[in-house]
Amino acid sequence: MKSTTHPKVSTSASNAPSDTAVINLYAAAEKIYPRSTFGFFTKWRWVLIWLTQIVFYGVPWIEWGSRQALLFDLEAKRFYIFNLVLYPQDLIYLTAILIISALSLFLFTAIAGRLWCGYACPQTVYTEIFLWIEAKIEGDRAARMKLDGAGISRKKLVKKGTKHFVWIAFSLWTGFTFVGYFSPIRELSTAAANISLGPWETFWILFYGFATYGNAGFMREQVCKYMCPYARFQSAMFDDDTLVVTYDEARGEPRGSRSRKADLTSNNLGSCIDCSMCVQVCPTGIDIRKGLQYECIGCGACADVCDTVMDKMGYARGLIKYSTQAAIVNGWSHTQMLKRILRPRVMIYAAILILLLVTLLTSLWLRSPFKVDVIRDRGVMARLAEGGMLENVYRLQIMNATESTQHYQLQATGLDQLVIQSDVLDANHTVVVNAAESRGVPVRLQIPDGSMKSGSHTVTFEIKATESDAVVTEKSIFLVPR
Amino acid sequence: MSDFTSSFWPIFITVISLAGVFGCAWLLWITSKIKASSPNGDNTNGHVWDENLREMNNPLPRWWVWMFIITIVFSLFYFLAYPALGGYTGKLGWSQVGQYEQEMATANAKVAPIYAKFAAMPIEELATNKEAQAIGERLFMNNCALCHGSDAHGSKGFPNLTDHDWIHGGNAEKINETITNGRIGMMPPMAAAVGNEDDVKNLANYVLSLSSSKYDNARAALGKEKFAACAACHGQDGKGNQAVGALNLTDNIWLHGAGEEAIIKRINLGVANQMPAQSAKFSPEQIHVLTAYVWSLSNNASLQ
Repeated sequence: MKSTTHPKVSTSASNAPSDTAVINLYAAAEKIYPRSTFGFFTKWRWVLIWLTQIVFYGVPWIEWGSRQALLFDLEAKRFYIFNLVLYPQDLIYLTAILIISALSLFLFTAIAGRLWCGYACPQTVYTEIFLWIEAKIEGDRAARMKLDGAGISRKKLVKKGTKHFVWIAFSLWTGFTFVGYFSPIRELSTAAANISLGPWETFWILFYGFATYGNAGFMREQVCKYMCPYARFQSAMFDDDTLVVTYDEARGEPRGSRSRKADLTSNNLGSCIDCSMCVQVCPTGIDIRKGLQYECIGCGACADVCDTVMDKMGYARGLIKYSTQAAIVNGWSHTQMLKRILRPRVMIYAAILILLLVTLLTSLWLRSPFKVDVIRDRGVMARLAEGGMLENVYRLQIMNATESTQHYQLQATGLDQLVIQSDVLDANHTVVVNAAESRGVPVRLQIPDGSMKSGSHTVTFEIKATESDAVVTEKSIFLVPR
Repeated sequence: MSDFTSSFWPIFITVISLAGVFGCAWLLWITSKIKASSPNGDNTNGHVWDENLREMNNPLPRWWVWMFIITIVFSLFYFLAYPALGGYTGKLGWSQVGQYEQEMATANAKVAPIYAKFAAMPIEELATNKEAQAIGERLFMNNCALCHGSDAHGSKGFPNLTDHDWIHGGNAEKINETITNGRIGMMPPMAAAVGNEDDVKNLANYVLSLSSSKYDNARAALGKEKFAACAACHGQDGKGNQAVGALNLTDNIWLHGAGEEAIIKRINLGVANQMPAQSAKFSPEQIHVLTAYVWSLSNNASLQ
């Protein structure tokens, strides 16, 4: 499975049996110098990098009416997502989004392996961006290895200094953008320009910036290999029909170098010319020819580089390609292999995913523009009021999830001769709640004493927004004492 | 400082905490080099599961070891700086109470400008100020509604704040005083001073007769002279005395329950009622705004 970081095995020379060795449990990580690649999968990776980063860096700057289109206001406990104003009570939507994300991960992994890792994961994306900066400043693989191996010189210091400067600037911008999702980004940029950021904003910009710099600049594949749990459960997500980046062993072996002019079948060699390019481009430093390994993030860099080598040699492409285990073993054609994509497992994932997506969108569409929590006063069980009325007290927490002032009309049903009373309602039983605010409205329900038998009775509050005709009904109980 | 009465638990915590940290360091040290058996010479440990699954003897990255070491060093500094070890108070002098007070001071400083502009306004003006009323309403809902009810109408034992019947006075100063310092309502058991059970019942009927309640005429007449024992606080006419917090017995508002039975109970057992002081919780400016809100409940119904 592993190739690059073999432990230093120091077999004691004298009398220890050869199968027992003292090994150091902790090894220094070997630095990996991935060579730049070009080709089909690399192009797709860059498309995804551009897409995700335009969204990430761009969205906080979009204005929506008088505010930022997307703002997670943690202090006021309101999430603003374009037209939507979410309250903490809307946590269920977050749950739905997380379930949908997990199911998408299952679906894409079952179809084509670690697509997320290879093309969209921030760790991959930022590593790719940082590598690109590195290659622009220090040069590609060979130049970087030479530079690292050379002694300290002015040229080296300038190159390294420039690289870190650009990395840090980019990281800080990333941290700044991240904080811009939680604190209005335009005010944040003014504050940053005047060096008057608050302590928490400063902390999170620096923290997120440092995390970007450390993870994408230094940790790189170590994060995928040792920190990310996804690699460890990929075996549970894959089956024989999952598309993965594979080396066609039957076609490639025995490998060996040969002249470009040499006939493919001469010397009894396979298609692999053992140029080791697939190893040089690998961002996690593995040799794909050893088979599927947990370190493989499925980025397809080896497939791209192998295709260019095959082109140069005049051989058919696809010595390293996306294929399934079943297709390799049975020698299936491309069409035969793709037929197996629509297997029950994939269909079930897709069906649940679509169902959940439709449910989420429908419930967001039908979502009431306000919410009501009915809280029965617990300090006051039931009491006698003037006129021989028995009353219970309730607090109606009305949450206005729109961005305009709203009038809400209250009604209560469920008991005979039920009367609604309140000092804060007007004659039409209407109350005003300001934009995106929440207000507790005390309300008394009364029935003539003795008109109901003792115990608890269900009452229903009906609250109507007069501006939009939206209605919310909430149940509560009315207690009649013995 | 310590919440524990015996010295066992502080020692227990100290020993467990330190043993945990040093145990980790020791484990890190002894496992840095191990004898690994690789019978096939292929860097696997020789175990085979599920036909062909084998485990390799691959090393942990060294940076991970450094993270362990940093964690250990950090925890030792933490033990030194904070009260983490039993009764030891820590070099930084941090405490939960101190933290709470600091956070309250920060929060109060943050809201002080909001209250500052209200501080100079008389409560009559605040009572018509929408912003002050909204703040007052929230203060009331979060702090007062538990006893006085969300609608401030109170319940048995907890006065209604929306009527004009005030036990200690309903002007701004009195309300402010009540919120700031709290109140203690105390009526001693009077049965011994009144006489036998029948005398008490007669007195109760006389008390009922003061207001427009149902009462027994004959018993009330007999009870009248017994009222002398009550007059010291409630006054000769039974109208109460706000200076000592004696309730007005001539209206139809009964804080501790209406009817003969409830009154007999009060004469026999007395009653002790307490409104807790809020001065520790609120700043004087906050109490000023809250006073205006409470005052408005009975004085500007027309506002709503």
